[in-house]
Amino acid sequence: MKETIKVTVNGRTYVEDVEPRLLLSHFLRETVGLTGTHVGCVIGECGACTVILNGKLVKSCLLFAVQADGKEILTVEGLAANGTLHPIQKAFVEGYGLQCGYCTPGMILAAYYLLGKNPDPTEEDIRKGLAGNLCMCTGYMQIVEAVKEAAKQLKKA
Amino acid sequence: MIPASFEYYSPTTLKEALDFLSSREDVKILAGGQSLVPLMKLRLAKPRTIVDLSRIPDLNYIREQGSRIVLGSMTTYEQIETSALLQAKCPLLPQTAAVVGDVQVRNQGTIGGSLAHADPAGDMPAAILTLAAEMKAIGPNGERWIRAEDFFVGLLTSALEPDEILTEVRVPALNGAKTAYLKAAQRAAGFAVVGVAVCLRLDQNGSCNNLAIGVTGVGDKVYRAEAVEKILLGKRLDANFIEQAAREVTRGVDVIEDINGSKEYRSHLAGVYTVRAVKAAMQA
Repeated sequence: MKETIKVTVNGRTYVEDVEPRLLLSHFLRETVGLTGTHVGCVIGECGACTVILNGKLVKSCLLFAVQADGKEILTVEGLAANGTLHPIQKAFVEGYGLQCGYCTPGMILAAYYLLGKNPDPTEEDIRKGLAGNLCMCTGYMQIVEAVKEAAKQLKKA
Repeated sequence: MIPASFEYYSPTTLKEALDFLSSREDVKILAGGQSLVPLMKLRLAKPRTIVDLSRIPDLNYIREQGSRIVLGSMTTYEQIETSALLQAKCPLLPQTAAVVGDVQVRNQGTIGGSLAHADPAGDMPAAILTLAAEMKAIGPNGERWIRAEDFFVGLLTSALEPDEILTEVRVPALNGAKTAYLKAAQRAAGFAVVGVAVCLRLDQNGSCNNLAIGVTGVGDKVYRAEAVEKILLGKRLDANFIEQAAREVTRGVDVIEDINGSKEYRSHLAGVYTVRAVKAAMQA
């Protein structure tokens, strides 16, 4: 039996009939069509599917879409405004805070959530803030540096 | 990985939830879902019915109640971690919640879900056992309180009946007892390979007159390291003495062995983390 849910994604509201077992990650990618939310490990370890649900950083592969009924979601596609990259995105690009890019949307949202709560993080704060997001390529150094740079830019803005 | 099909209910009252539990077949309660959803995706769990507690108001709170603090079962780790009340009166809970999983898991995972799941490597069960907390279960015949020592029955098994819902957790206000929770975490998911929770009091002479040590990740369920407690109680806790006592941490325990650690390695780690956690509590 399908359930009707109403979910707001990046400011736009979607009303859809979904199977209860449909994961939020699949809802975002396949029903809504926003493929910036990546699906990696599928058991909730890698964080590639990270989104912000009602202001909280969560893994969308560990939620059913029905659990998001009536709620608001921010995905990586919602960060850039009018074609201009968000300062965190810019810092990742300029600081080369990625290699293959698979973990990047989750990393960027984790950084966005961290900097929203703590605009002036220490390196340890950054590492703890990104602990739920695994990267198989970079060794994390440039990611951490990118978040530091983003914090600097956001404070200037 | 797609879970098997199920019927989904999201009741808005506890009564409605209890009715679903007793009238539907093969029901699983969904709290934060940080353990249940992976199990369903791996099809290790294939419940026919899911009852989601998240739309029931009043299962999410942290309140002082006389000499105790009560927490609604749907309270998240993040709420526990950041609760000023708990930091002041029962710091072991925030200390433990702060190292569960990662940011995302702490935002979504709940204390009730963790306890009911009774994962042998769960962090919260160690703290709950150390605090001698009590759990309130509500079922068709009313409510009952279950002591922590009776709550964790075995591997992934709690004392909750299939038609009961865990609604509240009650912990004592610690009035200055010293606490710590330390763990050796598996890298990717943050699960405890070994986790040790300590709650102790020292008298004016520096002797330990109150001590509880809860251990997770080592046996098929969380346990109190009674052998260690017995040796240390009433004594001054100098470093050599703690180390000696900590060797007894796996006494009488069938130590588990898995991809994250052999029996020998885990037993060794349990001793090391017992020493560290006792010392950390003394300095807390």
